Amino acid sequence: RTRRRGGEAAMRVVVGIKRVIDYAAKIRVKPDGSGVDTANVKMSMNPFCEIAVEEAVRLKEKGLAKEVIAVSMGPQASQDTIRTALAMGADRGVHVLTDAKLQPLSIAKLFKSIVQREDPKIVLLGKQAIDDDCNQTGQMLAAIMDWSQGTFASQVAVADCQERVSVTREVDGGLETLSLKLPAVITTDLRLNEPRYATLPNIMKAKKKKIEKLTPEELGVDVSSQIEVLSVREPQARVGGKVLESVDELVDKLKNEAGVL
Amino acid sequence: GLKVRVAQATGAERRSGKELTKVGSSGGEMWSRTLLKSLRGARQSSQQSGERSLGTLCIVEAKDGAGGLDSASKATLACAQKHLPKPFVALVASDAKGASEEAAGEIASLAGVETVLHGVSDKEGANGLLAEPLSQVVAALVGKLEPTHVVTGSNTFGKNLLPRVAALLDSAPITDVVQVVDESTFVRPIYAGNALSTVKFVGKGPLLLSVRTTAFGSEALETAQGAGAEVASVGAEEVAAGAAAEALSEWVGEEKSESERPQLDAARVVVSGGRALKSKENFEMLEKLADQLGGALGASRAAVDAGMCSNDLQVGQTGKVVAPELYLAIGISGAIQHLAGMKDSKTIVAINKDPEAPIFKVADYGLVGDLFKIIPELAEKLPSQK
Repeated sequence: RTRRRGGEAAMRVVVGIKRVIDYAAKIRVKPDGSGVDTANVKMSMNPFCEIAVEEAVRLKEKGLAKEVIAVSMGPQASQDTIRTALAMGADRGVHVLTDAKLQPLSIAKLFKSIVQREDPKIVLLGKQAIDDDCNQTGQMLAAIMDWSQGTFASQVAVADCQERVSVTREVDGGLETLSLKLPAVITTDLRLNEPRYATLPNIMKAKKKKIEKLTPEELGVDVSSQIEVLSVREPQARVGGKVLESVDELVDKLKNEAGVL
Repeated sequence: GLKVRVAQATGAERRSGKELTKVGSSGGEMWSRTLLKSLRGARQSSQQSGERSLGTLCIVEAKDGAGGLDSASKATLACAQKHLPKPFVALVASDAKGASEEAAGEIASLAGVETVLHGVSDKEGANGLLAEPLSQVVAALVGKLEPTHVVTGSNTFGKNLLPRVAALLDSAPITDVVQVVDESTFVRPIYAGNALSTVKFVGKGPLLLSVRTTAFGSEALETAQGAGAEVASVGAEEVAAGAAAEALSEWVGEEKSESERPQLDAARVVVSGGRALKSKENFEMLEKLADQLGGALGASRAAVDAGMCSNDLQVGQTGKVVAPELYLAIGISGAIQHLAGMKDSKTIVAINKDPEAPIFKVADYGLVGDLFKIIPELAEKLPSQK
């Protein structure tokens, strides 16, 4: 096993990134109910994926990782998201090109093929994508690789021996710390780090970095879905209420109108 | 106060072969003869027809000191009782034997339950709840019982566990369900709850799902007529299925907020603070208000990020989803991601000095002004609920 000697970095880190509708954009459900309208809407890297890229780049800066590989799966436009990751500091990219609607289980299987090719010690993913809000892919990848999992991470610390990693997780009751055997899948939560902005010089440098193109067929993965989306609709809108004049009025309304006191 | 717990035993001690020996009543180790017989009979006929026999497997988490079933567990059982195929078997996963047995006893009295299984692990601390070994045990149990459905709650325990189980079974799960249309069709929120997606499972099964507490938690659980269900230990074979995975991870410690207040996801009233509180000391001002109303404390992401309170108070798209009778949003602007966690509250009150804050669009009642003046006045004029 390679040991870290005087700054010699050993491991490869794979980061998964997804292109989603920007978190600040207002979404519109298509009138035919077939889905959410993504035409002419601002797209960005999923915020949790940004945090994952940032954490991976920090591992490199700490001398713990020798190479960071940014991986995205989707249509041609996913390349833009990979370029952003490269501008943030990832070394090279892998784009699994497909127009198929991918679900977490298929994505996990695609990741498995890539992990087997790249041999990383850590795979970093965002805990959930803000479009489907699934929060499944990381756990699934860990299962099919028979690796440990550290989900909803708010702190990651690789042990000196580089055979274990300590992950602090945000859970319902507060914080929980686990010690995981490497290799591991770690999914990032909000407070793990604050991602850097890609600077213009780094964006220019990123254009020279390589992005390998693959397809699900080349990776031998069947991406057909076990779940069919029948329809998408907007929830019942909440009718806004009134702005009151005084605390007295509020207490009165809560007691006598809303009946909650 | 903050309670910190750290692992005492060494890894070697915990993983010794001793852990797998079950200590229990005479009927504990083995499946009861009656249950085995009926399952075998059902399975024989189902194997002929190619269909599965048992209805639903419910996975329930029982934590030490929780004092009974938590709201996620109740929502899981309510969903199984009202909407999923019967009979159901409940599996209790726990970090303490006492909590495990207490929960098992409670579940055994419910209608529709055939058996309650517990004792997945007698390990100290939360090693009994780790996803790597537990998912293997569940997968083995699914192989033995052949349920058509597997259900758990959509809290951090269920979110961490269920997708891992699903991948082991090569079955795509449906998570964070808010409505059951029929046994293969469900509704789940997407885009921070700004859209609802109706999905149908078309795989070969089993169908794994997790349910949102606020969507099923209010449905009362039906008690069984007559004798309760059988309570038994999980079989040695299933427990052994998790043994190899125990080497993958180890519980080291936790930082939990200890409070006399009701649990955030089950409270009738939530007093929630945002960025405008400015400091931890100011945030503590809300504690008095919460206590006066007999409610729980909540927070926006901004407040947690700023260190005003602990992460378990965060309400929102990626935090807790709550639907109390009364939600007081104090100094919270009302970003989409926060609304995702509280817009199903019965009555929403917003207190903010910015009249343009988006929170006023969803609030039933609003007060525009300085919260540092309004909150003390409110505390003075509110009748004490305690």
